[in-house]
Amino acid sequence: MAWTRQILRVNLTDGTCIAEPLNMDWANQYLGQRGLATRYLVDEIDPKCDALGPHNKMIMATGPLTGTMASTGGRYSVITKSPLTGGVACSNSGGFFGAELKSAGWDMIIFEGVSPRPVYLNIVNEVATLEDASEIWGKTCWETEELLHVAHQEPQMRIASVGRSAEAGCLFSAIVNDLHRAAGRSGVGTVMASKNLKAVSVRGTLGVGNIKDPVRFMESVTAGKKVLAENAVTGEGLPALGTQVLMNVINEVGAMPTRNMQEVQFEGAHKISGEAMLEPRASDGKPNLTRNGGCFACTISCGRISTVDRQHFSVKDKPQYWGNSGGLEYEAAWALGSDTGVDDLDALTYVNFICNEDGMDPITFGATVAAAMELYEAGSITKQQTDGVELKFGSAEALCWAVEQSAVSAGFGADLNLGSKRLCEKYGRPEMSMTVKGQEFPAYDPRGIQGMGLAYATSNRGACHLRGYTVSAEVLGVPEKMDPLATEGKAGLVKAFQDATAAVDSAGLCVFTTFAWTLDDISPQIDSACDGDWSPERLVEVGERIWQLERDFNMKAGLTGADDTLPDRLLKDAAKSGPAKGKVCELGNMLPEYYQLRGWTPDGSLTPETRSKFGLPA
Amino acid sequence: MKITFKLYATLQHLLPSDAVNNAIEIEVPDDVTLHQVIDRFNVQHKDAHLVLVNGRYYDEEARDQPGILKETDVIAVWPPVAGG
Repeated sequence: MAWTRQILRVNLTDGTCIAEPLNMDWANQYLGQRGLATRYLVDEIDPKCDALGPHNKMIMATGPLTGTMASTGGRYSVITKSPLTGGVACSNSGGFFGAELKSAGWDMIIFEGVSPRPVYLNIVNEVATLEDASEIWGKTCWETEELLHVAHQEPQMRIASVGRSAEAGCLFSAIVNDLHRAAGRSGVGTVMASKNLKAVSVRGTLGVGNIKDPVRFMESVTAGKKVLAENAVTGEGLPALGTQVLMNVINEVGAMPTRNMQEVQFEGAHKISGEAMLEPRASDGKPNLTRNGGCFACTISCGRISTVDRQHFSVKDKPQYWGNSGGLEYEAAWALGSDTGVDDLDALTYVNFICNEDGMDPITFGATVAAAMELYEAGSITKQQTDGVELKFGSAEALCWAVEQSAVSAGFGADLNLGSKRLCEKYGRPEMSMTVKGQEFPAYDPRGIQGMGLAYATSNRGACHLRGYTVSAEVLGVPEKMDPLATEGKAGLVKAFQDATAAVDSAGLCVFTTFAWTLDDISPQIDSACDGDWSPERLVEVGERIWQLERDFNMKAGLTGADDTLPDRLLKDAAKSGPAKGKVCELGNMLPEYYQLRGWTPDGSLTPETRSKFGLPA
Repeated sequence: MKITFKLYATLQHLLPSDAVNNAIEIEVPDDVTLHQVIDRFNVQHKDAHLVLVNGRYYDEEARDQPGILKETDVIAVWPPVAGG
């Protein structure tokens, strides 16, 4: 059990909302959320379809533990074909929306077709209706939340929506829920807007009571929470400093991508770090950080709730941004900060607010601005394109201008909204785009953390840290310390992280639990909640099946082994400082072994034996 | 010799008040070990999870060996931390 065993199919073309039973054969093979929704997507769309056309579908999916008392059990994922990469998109979000959807009685929602006019989906338990969205189309995510709460007179309603950037076709738009949590990567918000779907509002009061063995479930959940509380990372470090604790660590080990990944250390890192967020500022004596924040059922609470200095140029005349809001998290701080060379904490906080307000992935946005800055400094972009703005590395003013342009796709914002791959191609310098499969890198330079190079190159959704976070072992010593500059053993490490993460992402849990939990902690929670055998070994098998299925979709969509690579900058230009000085990412030392471990051919294709072993669909 | 010592995250309060940007310059004997430097700041060994010298990691065993540090080296110490 734990699954509600019911999915909602919304045909936007016809305007229908129909309940269907969940395919339990697939649930037994793919668990839930990421894995199970991918199985539905593979079954229902042509992998070669236009991601922004009527034949793509978009699935919002919960896991079997979403909405339960398991710590962090509030996650949902959005699965679709990505307009940014052309492969599978799978973006995971916290907050409260996923748990509310589950408590309304739904494991997932499948959206198909395109609505002839802007609509939003309103769900109150078993009743789902498409409503006219003409009053909220053209509004930000934050305005949409407020307007829907008022319209329905329901303060406890949870909302996921797209902002103006998505409506304007920005290729890296996010779906924002609960104001500042987001299914952020790969342009899932762009797909949602392409269907004329502005928002999903949910009120669920049914709860998730269908647990296989409630007593054993509560025992295993309680044991899991104790492990998280007693672990120094999940019980102390993450609540106190959030993910931003990494800014100084990654800079010190020489793996901080800086100025569009031209360098690996940022001289301004300490000014934009988790520690800096605690420092009282001169103007009002208050620190940037107000408090930490937690998602549904989370006992870690790593989220940051912050303010911008009211005297700062970005908000001086904009009192609507003087209050508390979400951020900065490390990935946003890195992409908006060191990658653009900007060390102004208030500017980064403001830009992050706008990314939340209008639904842009701050990683791809920041990295795209960084690419634009390099193009500008190289003379490929001039003031003619930027409307007179000096788009130089280190300019906080230029960064703030860029986010305001991008949010509404005005002027040069329309170019930025292409993402760095298409932007750099447009201006004749494709080598300046720091991407894999068209998606921008996160905050770890693979010259300084070799395993991450392999994780990026083979990630099924393009460059991403959350598909196989080997930083944990290579830098942080969790569970055991490995040499970040060595390539030996990294193929197996990457595969193990990828498979375990796919299982966790399919359960409804947050991957941050794995800083303290192993699959031995997670397995009893799933096994006591769900029918079937969910031993640690079975979870690894399910995780690998999900990985193979995602790969298979990508190959059918037209990607090949040749796409499992990194930009020349990371393969040929050596790091200029730090422990990795003189080193490039030695991807070629790791990739063949990885293919072998995966059961793929030397050119990266799935063999018939591998397909058969995991029971992949034809 | 002079070296730089840095303490971060939930250990940063153990730095003296004249530290700047989580760092302080200190004078140490040439044969000092990493643990001896860490002890000066009352950092429990179990809390010194990541010990980096010029960005390179040194394990528990190496932290008791003299001769690792040289003039102008930078030691940076963190408790167990992670993020994403």
